[in-house]
Amino acid sequence: MVKSELIQQLSEQANIQPKIAEIAVNTVFDAMINALIKGEGIEIRGFGSFKVREYKGRTGNHPRTGSVITIEPKRRPFFKVGKELKDRINHQAINQTPEPQQELPVEIP
Amino acid sequence: MTKANLIDAIYEKVGLSKKESTQIVELIFELMRKSLETNQKVKISGFGNFNIRGKNIRRGRNPQTGNEIKISARSVLTFKASPVLKKVLNG
Repeated sequence: MVKSELIQQLSEQANIQPKIAEIAVNTVFDAMINALIKGEGIEIRGFGSFKVREYKGRTGNHPRTGSVITIEPKRRPFFKVGKELKDRINHQAINQTPEPQQELPVEIP
Repeated sequence: MTKANLIDAIYEKVGLSKKESTQIVELIFELMRKSLETNQKVKISGFGNFNIRGKNIRRGRNPQTGNEIKISARSVLTFKASPVLKKVLNG
């Protein structure tokens, strides 16, 4: 699914104009991007969370030439899948969830 | 940031009611979940891609007891940030 398909499905299922659906989807991702720019984490219950990791600059070796190079500090976004989505994707996990253990019958002496 | 902030953003920008804005935010994530659940990746240009990766069965160890256990084959979700997003984070 690409963004345009998400917009189309949203428009159909929420019964809103495609133009409105497009603005809504863009608003959501723009707001998420702006939070990440501010270094803020995002937590979407039932979906997952996004965090920005800061990497310090360091000196490294150029793998091919071996010359010393400086690596600039950088920020990278990371996503951690939420439990509900993780289980829904891994259908096997649901099938393999152990049955709740039956209580053992009480032995009568 | 949580869903509440996204609902507010839609409420302000799109001009729908709070209730409708809530439904729209929930629906956006549910549509993404439904796609991923059926093994269809989700690609949001300017943000990133959500991919499903199949993992083979492998052996692992229970870190607490040291016992060898089988880790079943499974599907996992990975996120790859768009180069555009990486760039704006470092702008």
